[in-house]
Amino acid sequence: MDWLFFLIQVLNGVQYGLLLFLIASGLTLVFGILQVINLAHGSFYMVGAYLAFWLVSQTGNFAIAVVAGVPLAVLLGFLIERLMIRFLYERDHLTQVLLTYGLILIFNEAQRLLFGSDVHGVPTPALFTASIPLTDNLQYPVYRIVVSVICLVLVAIMALVIQKTRLGMYIRAGSTNREMVQLLGVDMSRLSTFVFAAGAGLAALAGIISAPLSSIYPGIGENILIVCFVIVVIGGIGSIKGAFIAALLVGLADTFGKVLVPEFASVAVYAVMAVILLWRPQGLFGRA
Amino acid sequence: MTLTTHSKMARPVSRRAVLGGAAAAAAVGTLNAPFVLAQPARLKIGLMLPYSGTFAALGNNITDAMLLAINEKGGKLGGREVQWVRLDDESEPSKAAQNANKLIVGEKVDILVGTVHSGVAAAMVQVAREENATLIIPNAGVGAATGALCAPNIFRTSFSNWQPAYAMGKVAGERKHQNVVTITWKYAAGEESVQGFKDGLAAGGGKVSKEIWIPFPNDEFQAHLTEIASLRPDAVYTFYAGGGAVKFVKDWEAAGLKGRVPLYGPGFLTDGVLRAQGAAAEGLETTLHYVEDLPNPVNQRFKADFKKTTNRDVDVYAVQGYDTGQLLVQGLEAVKGNAGAKREFYAAMKAAKIDSPRGPWTLSKSQNPVQDFYLRKVVSGENKFQSVAVKGLEDPSTGCRMA
Repeated sequence: MDWLFFLIQVLNGVQYGLLLFLIASGLTLVFGILQVINLAHGSFYMVGAYLAFWLVSQTGNFAIAVVAGVPLAVLLGFLIERLMIRFLYERDHLTQVLLTYGLILIFNEAQRLLFGSDVHGVPTPALFTASIPLTDNLQYPVYRIVVSVICLVLVAIMALVIQKTRLGMYIRAGSTNREMVQLLGVDMSRLSTFVFAAGAGLAALAGIISAPLSSIYPGIGENILIVCFVIVVIGGIGSIKGAFIAALLVGLADTFGKVLVPEFASVAVYAVMAVILLWRPQGLFGRA
Repeated sequence: MTLTTHSKMARPVSRRAVLGGAAAAAAVGTLNAPFVLAQPARLKIGLMLPYSGTFAALGNNITDAMLLAINEKGGKLGGREVQWVRLDDESEPSKAAQNANKLIVGEKVDILVGTVHSGVAAAMVQVAREENATLIIPNAGVGAATGALCAPNIFRTSFSNWQPAYAMGKVAGERKHQNVVTITWKYAAGEESVQGFKDGLAAGGGKVSKEIWIPFPNDEFQAHLTEIASLRPDAVYTFYAGGGAVKFVKDWEAAGLKGRVPLYGPGFLTDGVLRAQGAAAEGLETTLHYVEDLPNPVNQRFKADFKKTTNRDVDVYAVQGYDTGQLLVQGLEAVKGNAGAKREFYAAMKAAKIDSPRGPWTLSKSQNPVQDFYLRKVVSGENKFQSVAVKGLEDPSTGCRMA
């Protein structure tokens, strides 16, 4: 592998990592602030992917899928938090796992009823169908770069909101000590709803923008969920910064694992997790 | 012919009905015993196929086409009425042995037909061997079924994973590709397919330079596509179906490899997923034992009849179901519907000449079809017949004692 292909592989890893971050960020926030293990987080990703498929096949316009799909997912997250999750804040994790696992089953069955078991695809938005030649026989799809840019912009926005705004302050404080923040007069109930709905929106957005890159099939959410839990654990529960670093690490480990040690590709990501947990059991940016 | 369509399991005939029937028969028997001929009991055939989940469409096409073949011959098998017992295998290998036992031991079916999923079929083969039950496999390509685990009571009307791959390898070899990369998931079907391709390629005079194996069912291919570009191969062979096939073909195009490096695969790369693949699949060359536009008259008639009875279009799975029906008709005709006369029944099936929509075929010594494989090409969103890649291809059936 010469240096040019090495750089292209780095690009591949970073691009995959950025997309993973989009999904994992919502998961880590919900985990950190609501203290809820949300197994159904992958389902929001699936909802996004199928919304993209449905809206694009109805309207033929990918922008509409993004503009209409994300609010729909946020609304869904809002309803689920208000009608179900909210009653489990005081319960143990097992109850939460049961509820959110049940939600996975419901989402999957609904998906099957509405869209069937077929594999679907979403065409790349016409504006970004081009590819940039990297070598004489390899191109990089412009759309993958667009996805990376969208992810980077969101990373910047998230960092700004969390570091510089009052809302961000509540979120940071909430992930440290929920009761204390509540005692200081912050409406944790509203904050929880907001965080959960925003997490759902982020996961759905990831599902929507990655739809043209991948195929859409039943069970798509569960595959991504496991990787996202790895990221949350590596990064430290509740830490956005941790999730960002961890997502890039996982993206790169996955990419180079496939190329350099193909026999162990499927364990590369978990090996990284094991090493990091041995070194820092609370994760990179987690509090012990 | 009766057809039970409960989603899980056919309800057995109620005990009261049986008792009533027995009483009536006894009454008749005492009245004029010498004149009553015993009505032969119905032949019981178990259908263990996917009727839900990803493969439901395949299970339904196999079933409906098989019934079509039997109804064309009057709806009876060897003169006997047929009772069908349907069981949804859910393509779930962990339930496969239990389900097969339910039909063979519980329902005491005379013949078991199934299935699509190779893992489920492998378990059915084991049970059929233990119980010495007649099994006909209408799809699953797992090599062992007519290889190391072959048995006189196990038949296949579809293909082995090795076969279409060998045909593709032969074509690639004849094009003198010396630097071929293979890429697929690391699982049994992928390994059998790559082996078949390598055998065919070597026979044609080509060579595989690198095998890329991806953990199942990982479908983030970008890193591997970059690796392929850096290897600069003459051609690439891949074995994907369903969701993996859609993703791989789309990513292949987006990476700019399409048009620069020929991409080959067995027909499953494009079958049933062409619409989802869209323009990315255009021009793809694949090999399979069937293509919808085969000009033979059996195919033309079958396409029209299947459309008329089901209002669906045919595919390779429907063809395999149709041929399963034909094999049953011929085998049971020879023994007048007595599936228990196994020696004669099996001999008749083994000697059967199936006039199939895919072209005529016979069974090999290991009881897998000896059939033609076609080179197909995607033109305007449809698989089109190009040429016969290999005539009368027989699976090597490695490890089969009957071969």
